Formats: sequence, C-alpha cells, structure tokens
Amino acid sequence: MDWSVFLQKAPSGGMTYLGWLASGTMWTLLVSIFAWLIAFTLGSILGVLRTTPLRIPRAIATAYVEVFRNVPLLVQMFIWYFVMPEVVPESLGNYLKQDLPNLVELPFAQFSMWEFTAAVICLGMYTASRVAEQVRAGIQSLPRGQTNAGLAMGFTLPQVYQFVLLPMAYRLIIPPMTSEFLTIFKNSSTALTIGVLELTAQSRQISEYTFKTFEAFTAATLIYIVITLTVIYSMRWLEGRLAVPGFISQAAGGH
Amino acid sequence: MDFDWGIILKSKDVLWDGMKLSLWLFGVALAGGIFFGTLLALARLSSFRILSIPATGFVNLIRSIPFIMAIFWFYFLTPMMVSKFTGHQGEAVGPITSAIVAFIMVESAYYSEIIRAGIQSIPRGQPWAAYALGMTYSQAMGTVVLPQAFRNMLPIMLTQAIILFQDTSLVYVVGLKDFLGAASKGGQLTGRIVELYIFTAFVYFVICFGASWAVKRLNERIAVIR
Repeated sequence: MDWSVFLQKAPSGGMTYLGWLASGTMWTLLVSIFAWLIAFTLGSILGVLRTTPLRIPRAIATAYVEVFRNVPLLVQMFIWYFVMPEVVPESLGNYLKQDLPNLVELPFAQFSMWEFTAAVICLGMYTASRVAEQVRAGIQSLPRGQTNAGLAMGFTLPQVYQFVLLPMAYRLIIPPMTSEFLTIFKNSSTALTIGVLELTAQSRQISEYTFKTFEAFTAATLIYIVITLTVIYSMRWLEGRLAVPGFISQAAGGH
Repeated sequence: MDFDWGIILKSKDVLWDGMKLSLWLFGVALAGGIFFGTLLALARLSSFRILSIPATGFVNLIRSIPFIMAIFWFYFLTPMMVSKFTGHQGEAVGPITSAIVAFIMVESAYYSEIIRAGIQSIPRGQPWAAYALGMTYSQAMGTVVLPQAFRNMLPIMLTQAIILFQDTSLVYVVGLKDFLGAASKGGQLTGRIVELYIFTAFVYFVICFGASWAVKRLNERIAVIR
C-alpha cells in the first residue's frame, strides 16, 4: 500500500491527486445540497397537497409521487440529460448542450454547467417524491382533532397548516428526513454517469491513473463516512434544539 | 424533433436480452441478499461479540457508501479474492460475476436491517420458551422465530425488492447490457436515444407501479387477517 500517491502531481494544471479528491468531494456536496433545496421545497408542497381536501391538486401530487418513485434514478438521470435537450426547442437544446461554461476541466474529462444542472434537477425532483411521502405521513400522524380545532378557532386552512400542523409534523419527521438527506449524498454518485466528476468518479479516475485502486477507493469511502456521520450528528443536535417540551424527543433515545 | 417509434420494434431482441439480464440479476441478488441478510441479522443479534461486531461494522459501512461505490469496490476486490482462493494468478472473473457479488453484498446489508427489525418484533419470551422446551438455537430460530418474523416483514421486503429491481440498472456503470444498458447501446448505434430512453422509463414505470400496487393490495389482505 502506498498512501503517498495522493501527494503526487496529477497530469493536469498543478493539482495533486489529493486535489482531485477534494474537488470530487466539493461537487458531491454541491450537487447534493442544491438537490436537497429542490427536494425539500417541492416535496413539502407535494406532501401538503396530498393531505388537503382539494381534489385536483391532490391527484396531481399523487401522480407525481408515483411517477418519480417508480422509474429508476439512473433512467431519470438519462431522461434529463439526454432526452430533455432534444424535446425542447432546438435553439434552447443546443444552448444547453454547447454554450454553457465548463465547470471542471481535467486532461481527459470535463463537465459543464449543463451536466451539473441536469444532475441537480434530476436528483432534486426524484428525492422530492420521497420527501413528499414523509411530509404526508408526518401530517397524517397528527390527530384529526388538531385540524378541526384550528378551523373551529376561525383559522383558514392555510393558517391551520402554517400554525398548527406543519410545526409539529416537521419535528416528527426529522429522523426519516435525516435518512433521506443521507440518501441524497449517496445517490449523487449517479451523476457520474452523465459526466459530473463527483467523489466516486474522481476516486475511479485516480485508480485508473495510478493503479492504486485500494488507496483511492478507501479514501473516497472514508470521506463518505465522514459526510454520513456529520449529517447524523448535526440532525440529532437539530432535533434536540427543536424538541417541544412535554413531547418525547427521539434524539434522547439514541438512534 | 420527429420521433421514430419503430426503432423500438426493430431493437426488440436486444431490449429483451437486456431485460432478461436485469431479471436474472434481480433474482440472484434477491435470493442471495435475503440468504446472507438473514445470516448477517442473526450475527448482529448474536451474543458473541466476535460475530456481532464485524457484522454491525459491515452493514454500517455498506449503508454509508453509494451503491455505485460498492459496485466499484467489489468489481475490484472479487477477481483478487477469487485468484487468492483458487491459487490461479490473474484468473479472469467476468464483469457479471463481479456485479453479482457486489449486488448480493449490498443487498444483504440492506435486507439484514429489515430482517433484524423483523426478528426483534417477535417477543423475547418466544425463543426463551423454545429453549425451555429443549430446542436448540437452530430449532428455535428456524421453527419459531424466523417464520413469524418473515411473515411480519413480508410487505417491507417486497418494497425493498422493487427498489432492488430499480437498482439493477446501476450495472450500467460497469458496462453490462441490462435493460438500460441495451437501450443505451441501441440508442448510440441508431442515433435514436430519445425514443429508447423514453420507452425504457415507461417499461420500468409499468413494472414497478404494477408491483407496488400488488404489494399494497397484499398489505391490505394481511392487515385483515391479523
């Protein structure tokens, strides 16, 4: 085993292989966090819609969840990346494929703003369907009397959601949301299939350039573990911070 | 752009071969994952630390890295292990074997968590009663605990099976021609990638949506029995 491989200069603009790993980690974090913003926002809206008495919005939200849950993530990635530019007007398609600036350039690999955007949108919209299910489950686990009491007090339905249901529901679903958040970091590795040089892609590149496969994969694995542990502990801290006195906090009971 | 859906009929043989590989991967990984997952779950719950610590470590490790990373790992490790055990240096292990090993390993980690929860849903008094009746560990597990545990966790195991079927598309990263790989190859050769990917998404949707619907119905029936 030879761990000094990471300090060697890679065959590109003065970067070491450690630099490649760092760059991969950064893109993994960026893809995941931007995708999470989409997933959380869209997922919350869809999850709320699925619990409202409004028929058509509820049907749309249900259809969304079913479609995005039942097509493999990798297939969705290819639909966004390869199919989208072909079905939009030709000038827009060409703009997406050719005119967006490059983000990373290595000697034999590069990716542009379009690869990054496609990966973020795909991962965000895929995860939104899973977040929607968690939000719906959280709202539905609250006693029905809460909605009725809110309405009886003269709240409008949006106010009932804003002041009564959502503050409690979001607290209840912190543990399952933590695991969705962890999953998004792991799923971000599918972006390598459309050319985004995230952590898994970079570790494979290093192994191909240096033949130090064991070292390269171990380094990437350790980084993923650090990300996982960081997320778990910060979510536990958040859960403790947000706990409502009088309700049992799941954080207190361990995992 | 103008579509040419005839391409799907023209590539039906290639696509069907790909689907057969997907289904085969799914079947083998499901059987292997449940088998080794059960062993892992029993090891995790064992009172022997020498079993429970490595099993816990393995499951947590696999669960904290991406599926693709795990495929790369086993893709790299399997040929090395095989040549070590058989003594033949540089013996070629095909990509399919390596992919299958990767899938079984990853799925066994996921399934072991489901099975562990299932075993823990059985009251502790039951294995104790079995031991008190003079049963051995394997009799108590095999005839008392596991049959009930598997029944309790059937719905969630089936849901995980649907996810596993979707995950088989990830063998694309090692260049295997599963259903998605076949569509991708066909699309590159004919330049009709748009039609083929839309068709692929549609087929996956029909299969997985149908399966989830069936699982939901099964859930309702089981709920009535209880």
